[in-house]
Amino acid sequence: MDIFNDFSIGLFAMQLVILLVLLFLLAKFAWKPIMNSLEERESGIEDALEAAANARKEMQNLQADNEKLIKEARAERDAMMKDAREIKEKMIADAKEDAKEVTSKLIASAQASIEQEKQAALAEIKKNVADLSIGIAETVIKKELASKDEQIKLVEGMLKEVTLN
Amino acid sequence: MYNLIGAGLIVIGGGIGLGQIGGKAMEGIARQPEAAGKIQTAMIIIGALLEGLAFGALLLGK
Amino acid sequence: MAIATKSIKFLVLFTIVFTSFTAFAGGDSPSSDKDGEINTPKGIKEYIKHHLKDSHDFSLFSYSNDAGERKHIGFPLPVIVWTSNGLKTFMSSEFHHNDDGHVLVEKGDTKLTKIHGKIYELDAGASIVSFDAEHHATNAHKVLDFSITKSVFGILLAGLLMILGFGSLAKGYKKGAIPTGVGRILEPLVLYVRDDIAKPNIGEKKYRKFMPYLLTVFFFIWILNLLGLTPLGFNVTGQIAVTVCLAVITTIIYITNGSKDFWAHTLWMPGVPMLLRPILAVLELAGFLLIKPFSLLVRLFANITAGHSVVMGIAALMILLKAQFGTVGATGISFVLTLFLTVIELLVAFLQAYIFTMLSALFIGMAVEEHDHAHDH
Repeated sequence: MDIFNDFSIGLFAMQLVILLVLLFLLAKFAWKPIMNSLEERESGIEDALEAAANARKEMQNLQADNEKLIKEARAERDAMMKDAREIKEKMIADAKEDAKEVTSKLIASAQASIEQEKQAALAEIKKNVADLSIGIAETVIKKELASKDEQIKLVEGMLKEVTLN
Repeated sequence: MYNLIGAGLIVIGGGIGLGQIGGKAMEGIARQPEAAGKIQTAMIIIGALLEGLAFGALLLGK
Repeated sequence: MAIATKSIKFLVLFTIVFTSFTAFAGGDSPSSDKDGEINTPKGIKEYIKHHLKDSHDFSLFSYSNDAGERKHIGFPLPVIVWTSNGLKTFMSSEFHHNDDGHVLVEKGDTKLTKIHGKIYELDAGASIVSFDAEHHATNAHKVLDFSITKSVFGILLAGLLMILGFGSLAKGYKKGAIPTGVGRILEPLVLYVRDDIAKPNIGEKKYRKFMPYLLTVFFFIWILNLLGLTPLGFNVTGQIAVTVCLAVITTIIYITNGSKDFWAHTLWMPGVPMLLRPILAVLELAGFLLIKPFSLLVRLFANITAGHSVVMGIAALMILLKAQFGTVGATGISFVLTLFLTVIELLVAFLQAYIFTMLSALFIGMAVEEHDHAHDH
């Protein structure tokens, strides 16, 4: 068993001590800062990537928002224009209706006043006719009192004189 | 003398074993190239264990 | 594509530089060759064996000067030993590169000598080391050796490199989130350990606590494996003591962090017959306390040792084939083969660090895992 004969306790002890010291020194002054910096850098990169992704998402959101806004604005405008058109049409229709009503009223009142005038005129004529008739009748009556023949002559003469209308 | 023959036999056995491991690993990689990394790692570990066994026997038998 | 070509070019250059020195790498030459030149198969075997062991001095190469003297280029390392008379320290140069117990170093009453890379203390009264038939010293015993050996030097070097590299990476983060310079190479590796080793094996929730250990072990093993491929001739991760230490720490970590579920499943496995439970408990305990750490330590040790042996052996063909192919032919053959092997070794250096860390993470993951008891066992 050559290899166990070669085993040197001294070398083993030296190696153990040196390795442990080396392990301690490296762990304290090298591995710890190295691992920390590596992890820091990795997390930094991760954060940056995440931030970039977030920014992109936000961008997209913003764009979507913008589009939405534009769409909404357009819809609003369309609605407004539609309303305006409707109002205009309604106004026109209303005005037309009003006008019609007013004219028909005017016509009606005109017709009424014409009728009234006509009635008044007829009434006047009737009165005049009545008055005439009364006058004639008076005269007739007056003559009748004198002679019967005279009365008839008078009526006939008056009838000849007076022409109706 | 006899222990040398024994050591030789063990080395032959180890060689056959290593060949098997390597060959099967290659087949595995050929079948699933995407698992090459994992297969390689497992192959190295098993190969190393076998190698340790063979070396141990060789040194003890020397 | 341009990067790939560039990196391949770099890799080739890298390996050329490394391999061209590998032949000379290693410890000092064993004294079995009298003139110091190594040119026989036996000498090469000894040299490789010697290289695989730890050594007390750091030598890059040796040569013979005109006067026939053997010169060693390198530097001595401090020897720190705990003898029966207390702590003794001196420089390894006092052994004069002797490795077979012929040179005695006297420190007070203690006589010390070096035999095959190990330091022995002579028993009281003895003045010369005597050997038995198997070349074991009969009147000397090993001492507790806390020397700064070549391996300890390598460990310190790796530690220093890690502290410098990762310290600068950590400092770099203070200036900005993106690292500069060396940090650019190190950061992906740290991320690799975290994302491909720790997270999948331990789990997203608990991996953080074990990151320092996994990172330290991964880079420690990898850097030492790579140092082993340099012409400096380190063989640290090929020292059994080093791998034992690493495996023991991993074991302690997963044993102390075991969750309730882990212990319940290990010691009293639900869902199996009562009689089987104690047997399973013994098996599971043996698995977690012995087999798993043993496989961890042996794998790393054996891979690196085998790698070094083979690379050095192939490099030695340069010497062995000189008679058949001539200097140029032998060097060419050896160079091409060593280049090839060193490329594989570069891969192995990474792979072993990866596997050690990965299996540590896997075992820790097994221990800390908590089952949801929605299903009744």
